[in-house]
Amino acid sequence: MSSTPVLGHVHSIQTLGTLDGPGVRFVIFTQGCPLRCACCHNPDTWKTEGGTTLDPDELTRRALRYREYFGQRGGVTLSGGEPLLQADFSTSLFKKCHAVGLHTCLDTSGCILDGTVKELLLHTDRVLLDIKYPSDSLYREYVGCSIDAPLAFLNYLNEHGIPTTLRQVIIPTLNDTQENLEFLASLIQEHPCIDGFELLPFKKLCSVKYERMGLPFRFADMREATQSDTSPLEEKLSQMLSGRL
Amino acid sequence: MHENWNGFKEGIWQKEINVRDFIQTNYRPYTGDARFLSGATERTKNLMEKVQALFKEERQKGGVLDIDTETVSSLTSYAPGYVDKENELIVGLQTDAPLKRGVNPFGGIRMVRNACKAYGYELSQKVEQEFRFRTTHNDGVFRAYTDEMRLARKTHVITGLPDAYGRGRIIGDYRRVALYGVDRLIEEKVKDKAALSDTTFNADGIRLTEDLYKQIKFLELLKEMAFMYGYDISRPAANTREAIQWTYFAYLAAIKEQNGAAMSLGRVSTFFDIYIERDLENGTITETDAQELIDDFVMKLRLARHLRTPEYNELFGGDPMWITESVGGMGEDGRTLVTKSSYRILNTLYTLGSSPEPNLTVLWSTALPEDFKRFCAKVSADTDSIQYENDDVMRPCYGDDYAIACCVSAMKLGKQMQFFGARCNLAKLLLIAINGGFDTTSGMKIGPQMPPLDSDFLDFDSVMARFEIYLKWLARLYVNTMNVIHYMHDKYAYEKLQMALHDSSVERFMAFGIAGLSVVADSFSAIKYAKVRPVKDENGYITDFVTVGTFPKYGNDDDRVDLIARELTYKTITELRKTPTYRNAIHTLSVLTITSNVMYGKHTGATPDGRGAGEAFAPGANPMHNREEHGALASLNSVAKLRYEDCRDGISNTFSITPEALGRTDEERVDNLVAILDGYFSKRAHHINVNVLNRETLMRAYEDPEAFPNLTIRVSGYAVNFHKLSKEQQREVISRTFHEVL
Repeated sequence: MSSTPVLGHVHSIQTLGTLDGPGVRFVIFTQGCPLRCACCHNPDTWKTEGGTTLDPDELTRRALRYREYFGQRGGVTLSGGEPLLQADFSTSLFKKCHAVGLHTCLDTSGCILDGTVKELLLHTDRVLLDIKYPSDSLYREYVGCSIDAPLAFLNYLNEHGIPTTLRQVIIPTLNDTQENLEFLASLIQEHPCIDGFELLPFKKLCSVKYERMGLPFRFADMREATQSDTSPLEEKLSQMLSGRL
Repeated sequence: MHENWNGFKEGIWQKEINVRDFIQTNYRPYTGDARFLSGATERTKNLMEKVQALFKEERQKGGVLDIDTETVSSLTSYAPGYVDKENELIVGLQTDAPLKRGVNPFGGIRMVRNACKAYGYELSQKVEQEFRFRTTHNDGVFRAYTDEMRLARKTHVITGLPDAYGRGRIIGDYRRVALYGVDRLIEEKVKDKAALSDTTFNADGIRLTEDLYKQIKFLELLKEMAFMYGYDISRPAANTREAIQWTYFAYLAAIKEQNGAAMSLGRVSTFFDIYIERDLENGTITETDAQELIDDFVMKLRLARHLRTPEYNELFGGDPMWITESVGGMGEDGRTLVTKSSYRILNTLYTLGSSPEPNLTVLWSTALPEDFKRFCAKVSADTDSIQYENDDVMRPCYGDDYAIACCVSAMKLGKQMQFFGARCNLAKLLLIAINGGFDTTSGMKIGPQMPPLDSDFLDFDSVMARFEIYLKWLARLYVNTMNVIHYMHDKYAYEKLQMALHDSSVERFMAFGIAGLSVVADSFSAIKYAKVRPVKDENGYITDFVTVGTFPKYGNDDDRVDLIARELTYKTITELRKTPTYRNAIHTLSVLTITSNVMYGKHTGATPDGRGAGEAFAPGANPMHNREEHGALASLNSVAKLRYEDCRDGISNTFSITPEALGRTDEERVDNLVAILDGYFSKRAHHINVNVLNRETLMRAYEDPEAFPNLTIRVSGYAVNFHKLSKEQQREVISRTFHEVL
């Protein structure tokens, strides 16, 4: 049976990804995102048009050229942009990856959960879920959606037992708070699918991208975070979880 | 059985000179982790402090501490020298004082004279007088060079040829001295020489007989040299300390006799391990003692120096000796050759601090013990001081007792040697071809003469046809030039001691090289996939190119261009093979530039790939700077497509990555680096230098070199102290592609 492939709009490919999922990974950044996070470091992936059109077969073939580097833990990661925006394509890609034995990892904001996304999750070995802020008001102000969407997504992951890494960019004054830590701790306690978390320091390296694109960078005046901001928070969070992770 | 061999398992190594058999029958593979290692002792620390102080003084004096201008360097021409006699475990210096350089005019006296002058000394009348009636290697070569050979040097289409100094890249099997003692080695050589009386005494036979005469004489001198230090090395070494000392004496004698460009050590650590294991079992030494002996030995290696001219130093980024030690690898029987001493020698980067020398080279196999792989990755991330070469690709060619000379040149220890031949500039050759035998940089005509290509846009097939004509011409000229050089080197500066530590009948390689591979591959790709309009000067020569449109670039795992690069290496070696070599050496090819990629670029006009006139080439087989669009692994895959069969003298790749791009935690970084190395080498790639550092660190070291006296970085095939690079080379290193997180 042959059918027309679902083409994907791909922003770029990073053949050596070590920060987006376990081990060494072939990372595909999709083009297009429904959100407009104020802290986003890839504003060039926002627009749905543009990017390179690639079919899942071709991408799988390319990823396979790096199989020898993946070792026991590595594989393919879909990041963005927002891969959920092209869930048909993402599903087709992950199916093909699974068919050749490649581990699949989805880096997402969790902002969409429809039938196609649910099918995508059937073929996803791990989700890196970005929970950006602890409150609906912050979400509406700095992300552009309600907090309900990612929370519903997380509940779904939990119901289906999909291994999940919780991720959050720490932005000084906005979410380096006790309230946020308590929120994350309760999320982790209530969702056994979460088996790891990463707190990432907010960086402003991306400001050149905004300048080049003529877009305002809303967090241009925000202080950058460093390891010395995130490490104590990670430690605290671990303590609050009393050894659960 | 000799009493000093008590405790060793018997084997054919007793009946014949066969170090490999000794190792195979006696070594103990180690698959555990690094926890057994000892740190530096107080004695080691104190001695190293003295050595560091000497290094500092040397730096402050502009790179050379002292020169003995009165004495011609040889095995016994200096009184014994010490750093701190009472506290040294392993003794022996090249001259009578540490870091004092000797003069060695056998390769060429002009070089020595200039080097002395450059550092404020004058070569003594005594030495001048001695060499007035003596033919040096350099004299001999220039007697026989044709006009065209001289022109090839002058236009820099072939450069770096060893025609004015020692050729190097020969590794004596220094371990033989420890295992057998010198008397046994002499005995075997005498037998070999006697056996020659039955052969035909044509030029080859006569030369070999004379070679053996010289070898025997220098083995006698070796004994004498050791005797001056109070050691009798006529007999086999009796314990660890003697095994290391005997081996070091043999190496020391080689660097007293020869000032070859690369004077590599071989593969000694697993050999030493057999002695260490025996002594540990006897209870005569402890782990701390074992590390201390290795530390002392490595300290001596770090003190080794040759006198070079500032131009030479500029070309190579300091005055490296390429004291390459090959570590690890697998045996032909499937057992790993990693022993505890593989760890101990890498551990010197901690006990003594990081350093470019000795040039520690890990022979990587995917089958290496996982703990050892992780230790290597950790050492790389911590010190940037080791390189990796693919044992799985080399072992089928050289067996399991080979070593690396210089950067990437493999050879069976004691059984093979090479005639070193620097490299030709393929990018310049392309420009000469396009211009029909005119070099626009020097303004000289060279090679077959024909009109420059004449079309609005360059056409791939016509340019390739032209290129092939000139490649054929250059290949023949290159082989003939090398034949002259090595005939004369054998005649006037034969490596008597190093060859005495080889079998009497050796296999020879003639090692050719190319520079500018990525420039030429991308240029052909531009011509094929984009539009390249040549720009002519007032004389009708093409001096620039306007390239319109995009084209696949080497370094992105794109077969359209990567296979052009592969084809270029195949064509080059195939053309070289058509001209016979001196002493029937086997033609080999390397893709290695050392740091001369900067100089090659300087002497090369603008190229069709968009590289401007005078801009640096990428080093070795690296893709051009900042042309990689898909990250590090795509770049590694491109390089891995070059075939070792075509480039048997090695394919060098320098890889720089920021710690952040390698993973979030130290443990992740180690795991990921191991995965990258396993992946790269299972693609049958040959070599990789690994640097894990930030561009910012290099920028700071560029601004303030004194603050980073020990900052070591890997460059094409070896390592250098960053501060020893010229400012131009430092800028080039900084501008290179760093794989980083964006």
